[in-house]
Amino acid sequence: MESSTPVLFLLGASHRTASLVVREKLSLDATRAAALAAKLRAMPGVKEFTLLNTCNRVELYGVAHTPDTLAALHAALCETTGCTPEELNGAGFTRHNHEAIAHLFSVASGLDSQIVGETEILGQVKQAYDAALAAHWTGPVLNRVFQKTFQAAKHIRTHTGIGAGQISIATVAVDLAGRIFGELTTTQVLVVGSGDIGLKTAQAFQSRGATSITVASRTLSNAEAAAAQTGGWAASLAELPELLAAADIVASSTSAPDFVLTKELVAAAMKRRAARPLFLVDLALPRDVDPAAAELANVFVYNLDDLAKIAEANLAQREAEVARCRAILAERTAALWPQVAQSLNRPG
Amino acid sequence: MSTLLTDRALLWLGALLYLAGFLTGLVELLRRQPRAGLRTILNTLLIGGWGFQMAGLYVRGMAVGGCPLGNTFEIVQFVAWSAMLVYFFVGTTLHVTLLGLFTAGYAATLALVSLLVPQWDLTRGLKLFGNNPWIELHAALAVFSYGVFGLLAMTSLMHLLQSWSLKHKRLNGLFWFLPSVVQLDQINYRTLVLGVALLSISLGVGASWWVRDTASVDVPKLAVTIGVWGAYLLVGLLRWRARLVAVRFAWVCLVLFLIALLSLGPVNSSRHHQIPLLHQR
Repeated sequence: MESSTPVLFLLGASHRTASLVVREKLSLDATRAAALAAKLRAMPGVKEFTLLNTCNRVELYGVAHTPDTLAALHAALCETTGCTPEELNGAGFTRHNHEAIAHLFSVASGLDSQIVGETEILGQVKQAYDAALAAHWTGPVLNRVFQKTFQAAKHIRTHTGIGAGQISIATVAVDLAGRIFGELTTTQVLVVGSGDIGLKTAQAFQSRGATSITVASRTLSNAEAAAAQTGGWAASLAELPELLAAADIVASSTSAPDFVLTKELVAAAMKRRAARPLFLVDLALPRDVDPAAAELANVFVYNLDDLAKIAEANLAQREAEVARCRAILAERTAALWPQVAQSLNRPG
Repeated sequence: MSTLLTDRALLWLGALLYLAGFLTGLVELLRRQPRAGLRTILNTLLIGGWGFQMAGLYVRGMAVGGCPLGNTFEIVQFVAWSAMLVYFFVGTTLHVTLLGLFTAGYAATLALVSLLVPQWDLTRGLKLFGNNPWIELHAALAVFSYGVFGLLAMTSLMHLLQSWSLKHKRLNGLFWFLPSVVQLDQINYRTLVLGVALLSISLGVGASWWVRDTASVDVPKLAVTIGVWGAYLLVGLLRWRARLVAVRFAWVCLVLFLIALLSLGPVNSSRHHQIPLLHQR
């Protein structure tokens, strides 16, 4: 920043560079964000800016026209957040011009996220841009950069495997259910035990369209409380043989020391359920489902280890795609940068 | 001679387009990120292949003055053509992923093998249906039902692969794109019902003429035909009563089709005992 040529800049800190303590300090609630924005608007060297503020990162993108603007931005961020300049210097980072574009592409595409390939970040980038656009903080440079960012992120999601496969236990189970039943709208979900993980899994099934959920627990009052959370039915564990015969998906997470779903119990249920398959998700430790039940025709048993292995494999597959994604984004950055540079150098 | 060369050339083109469709789909799937227009590309190749195959069969039919079902080559070509036709209906109405790929592989195999075995097309029966359109309909429906059962064998194979992948927790590669177990089971059942219905109509038409002249069909052909029909009917009834389901149902459908396919040879040669043969080359 020795010359007075306008520069596209990024000033920020993220989970990759800053500890949780520093990120907590840097975190901007609505009041702080408004205060920082007011300071930026008052700075004569700042022509455009957008503020991206998530639980994992605070990033300030903008166009600066004077060489000392970045120092002023640093100071403004410290003043607003209470973070010391040393902390920010140690945990923060700056990028200029095409490097700032490359970083934004990477962030919006989910490559820089804690869970590689997650999609929530793209929505957050869009929200940040929309807010800046509505407040007239952006101009021709940032408008172009962000529009191209959304196109790049969409391309990455569509043409690479960065978002392929589920990476949490509950969503892996839901994905497997989809491969057994297709649509989940007509499936009957039975949650055995009123533990948190079982309920979260049931809610994941609900989010994919499952409407009929029954919670069975040793204590009926616990089942009723858990059923109220899912909008489902409550039942006693004593009714398990009947419930099992009617269920398509069973998520079991009791604290019982022995198998709750024995092979004999499952075999008896299978005789009463025509041609429908049965998907048993064992979320308990020690296990609730007798592994021998998997030997029965049309019965699919997955335990915590199985689900975790699939999630890990999916994550590894996503990470293997990162290099390919970066290459694609580098090409797009190289194509965009000359246009942005021209725009930066345009008078006015 | 030139007519025969033309019909075989058209049938070659059809078979090669099926093969191109199969290989295109396979390569795209092995890349794990199939391009967005893969279904369109695959269906275009398959429709093109089916069109050429139909043109080839039409030219052959015009040359022989009837439905081209006079030898093993023609019957196998017709079975592949029928399976593809059924796929166009099932694939477009139910959006069954990978079914196009499996059908392309199946139709390409049948069509290419029939073209590569010259003995199957050296001779053919003359005046096979005695200028009787009802007997011709009977034969066409019977062979068409074999096309339906062929497609059933493909969906059964897909069901077995999907069940195996879920049971053994091998969920990557091609398995990733297979339809759900329940969807495949429903398609299998419906396809079986369609095949049995078509074969029943065919046998009904054939029987109404057979009773007027019982000597017109020899015992081996009669036994094999009724055996295949009875076996499929029994499988359908057992599935309906939920006595034969899931993987066992899929296995039975697959094995039964292989037996039915192998029975085509004896049925065809048995019929040729009493029919004058015409050397085509």
